[in-house]
Amino acid sequence: MNSGVDVQHLGVIRRGRAVLRDLSLRIEPGELVGLLGPSGSGKSTLMRALVGVQRVTSGSATIDGIPIGSAELRHRVGYVAQSPASYRDLTVEENVRYFAAMLGIDSSDADRVLELVDLSERRRDLVSSLSGGETNRVSLAVALLGEPQLLLLDEPTVGLDPVLREHLWGVFRQLRDRGLALVVSSHVMDEASRCDRLVLLRAGKFIFDGSPSTLLSRTGAGTYDGAFIALVKDTA
Amino acid sequence: MSLRRTTLTAYRIVTQLRHDLRTVALVLLVPAGLVGLLAWTLLQRPGQFDAIGPRLLGVFPLTVMFLVTSVTTLRERTSGTLERLLTLPVTKADIIGGYALAFFLVALVQSVLVAGLSYTAFGLHHLGWPWRPSLVALLSGLLGTAFGLALSALATSEFQAVQFMPAFILPQLLLSGLFVPVSDLPAGLRQVADVLPMSAAVRALQPTETLRGATEQTLVMVAYVVGALVLGAVTLRRHSK
Ligand SMILES: Nc1ncnc2c1ncn2[C@@H]1O[C@H](COP(=O)(O)OP(=O)(O)OP(=O)(O)O)[C@@H](O)[C@H]1O
Ligand SMILES: [Mg+2]
Repeated sequence: MNSGVDVQHLGVIRRGRAVLRDLSLRIEPGELVGLLGPSGSGKSTLMRALVGVQRVTSGSATIDGIPIGSAELRHRVGYVAQSPASYRDLTVEENVRYFAAMLGIDSSDADRVLELVDLSERRRDLVSSLSGGETNRVSLAVALLGEPQLLLLDEPTVGLDPVLREHLWGVFRQLRDRGLALVVSSHVMDEASRCDRLVLLRAGKFIFDGSPSTLLSRTGAGTYDGAFIALVKDTA
Repeated sequence: MSLRRTTLTAYRIVTQLRHDLRTVALVLLVPAGLVGLLAWTLLQRPGQFDAIGPRLLGVFPLTVMFLVTSVTTLRERTSGTLERLLTLPVTKADIIGGYALAFFLVALVQSVLVAGLSYTAFGLHHLGWPWRPSLVALLSGLLGTAFGLALSALATSEFQAVQFMPAFILPQLLLSGLFVPVSDLPAGLRQVADVLPMSAAVRALQPTETLRGATEQTLVMVAYVVGALVLGAVTLRRHSK
């Protein structure tokens, strides 16, 4: 049942431009994968394709053996889009409870996920009155609802302070240890070191796939930023 | 389509409105206020309000509900929440149905207010049966909602959505028979005017219309509401290209 993500020669063309080109990738359950790459390299497009809202022009992909875009996958995949998707004119709790209801799960699960993202105290506040980072966490709470097998998180830690970021990475690791597959995209290279595996995207193609330590040794760079720059230039 | 998801979506939209009382007040009171203003302007001309007033009950709710629905749904599209919903086990019909149900309730209150005030405070006499103007006002509001849902797919910004009002509503107003009776329109225009949704609303409330004719026009409006709702569900796309 739970067999992870399998991407085969996936391609996406948007307005005549190849945005993703011939991507192949396997992600096992229990893997925490960092998806990195320059701005515009296609990270969000890849996640949106996996979650079924971006039309794929070539190749195929399955999640737990089910083709992406299938209705059966919709309660198995948790997703945080890059721009926060919540109703600004509802309270935090009303947002999470509505999405829980649409997933068909008990609304008491809202309490659990709000605790996880540290928003319990703000539950009665309108989303429009939250800070940027707090607003992002509402979307994250929604993604954690239910029992997803796969979490696709598009820059979930943007705008968060180091303490909160540490806390959330702790949550991600816990979920991984429970056998979930997680894909987390980020610009912040320091976050790379927290993943088991890094996948680097450049202009719609994978240019690296390996552990954080391999990334450092392969490029000979002392820092993750340095390694990123070296790799992106190298393959330009 | 699931009844549970539809009603919960309607409940969510009503909750959003509850947090925005200013919009609710505007939506509920503007049509009644406009009819009241018209009654006032015609105070020195006995009989005129009875001739024009009923027909405007078919115009104002449509306009107001069209605007409020297209802006609300457009916001759902642009804020990313629609895309997020479509990654969940939710059908397009659930979402469209939820909007239709929520705004049906709004249109219901609005139509009761506008028709009720017209027949009491504003001194409307004609037609005898206040249920007919109330029903047509309600259907007119639903028409606005249904077309707002369908057309908001064409808008990519709230600015464009607002521009649809003069583009979609005003031509219908010109052709609805309020200014020139439809039978006096030039040939090409008359055929167009005959099939426009707003014409049906105006005609159903024409004091000279027979009960049978009014019933027919009412059915035309119902058909338009259903058709536009289906169109709204069809134009809602799950994937982007
Ligand atoms: N709506 C759209 N229509 C056409 N092309 C688009 C659209 N959205 C994004 N693109 C293009 O697809 C490419 C990949 O975009 P994507 O958002 O996946 O990049 P990204 O790696 O997530 O970037 P960032 O780190 O800035 O979020 C970009 O070149 C972008 O111009
Ligand atoms: Mg992105």
